[in-house]
Amino acid sequence: MTHEELSGMITRATSHVFSTMLGINLEVGRSYVDDSAPSPAEGVVALIGLAGTWAGSGTVACSAGMARHVSGRLLMQEFTHVDEEVLDAMGEVCNMILGNVKTMLEEHLGPMGLSIPTVIYGRNFTTRSAAKSQWSIVPFHCAGETLEVHLCLVPGRETILTNRHPAVLSLNNS
Amino acid sequence: MAVDVLIVDDSAAIRKILQRVLVQAEVPLGQVVEAGDGVEALARLKETKVGLILSDINMPNMDGLQFLNAVKSDETLKSVPFIMVTTEGGSSKVMEAVNLGAAGYVKKPFTAEQIKEKLAGII
Repeated sequence: MTHEELSGMITRATSHVFSTMLGINLEVGRSYVDDSAPSPAEGVVALIGLAGTWAGSGTVACSAGMARHVSGRLLMQEFTHVDEEVLDAMGEVCNMILGNVKTMLEEHLGPMGLSIPTVIYGRNFTTRSAAKSQWSIVPFHCAGETLEVHLCLVPGRETILTNRHPAVLSLNNS
Repeated sequence: MAVDVLIVDDSAAIRKILQRVLVQAEVPLGQVVEAGDGVEALARLKETKVGLILSDINMPNMDGLQFLNAVKSDETLKSVPFIMVTTEGGSSKVMEAVNLGAAGYVKKPFTAEQIKEKLAGII
């Protein structure tokens, strides 16, 4: 799969989820490719694994403020801080976006499995993937904040990774 | 007549949204029972009789297809309308759900109109 194909799928899926479930028309930024999984050093990152003839990870990353805004629109309530409900909502947003990307990918790559999302909130952390591959990244802008969707896919053996993904989280204890 | 509904999803956010959407779709709601996976849902069904089940597929412990299979294998539950509400939009999953006896399939993200349309004629 090319970066253009992947970023197109990410853009369509993310725009669809935000317009349908949140009533938000996102401004799409310029997509890019990176060798690592760039993410904010702090904020919220939701990760999900994909497995099949191709395997990889997808993430949705944003600031705490953006996570509160997105969750507030989804659940129609105001959040003053990132709590369990916000993390749950961000996991579901990630699930819907990458689930829709997965459906598009399946037209080209055959059946794929999707893991249950993991959501991380904190400061001074970095994420990296064990897979030696490039990430397709699409930034979206809304309410003065940015949300990025990252996707890394590599051709792989047929594996059953129902609750696993190759992304690794490392914490910097600084 | 009010309908008691079981909503099964590992996301509390989606359970809350579905409940809101059912109201928006003008479904005459009775009691709404929630469960986070298929195992919990089967336990709830032993305590409460419902007239409609809305379930996700991708859940821990027991997924939605296993839960659907358990419901349709139970003589006392098999007539309860079962709607899948999931991100799993691949044709193989849809076919599997239909073959197991699902009355409908709604793909996330969804609107109140889509839910209303899917429930028309079922309840």
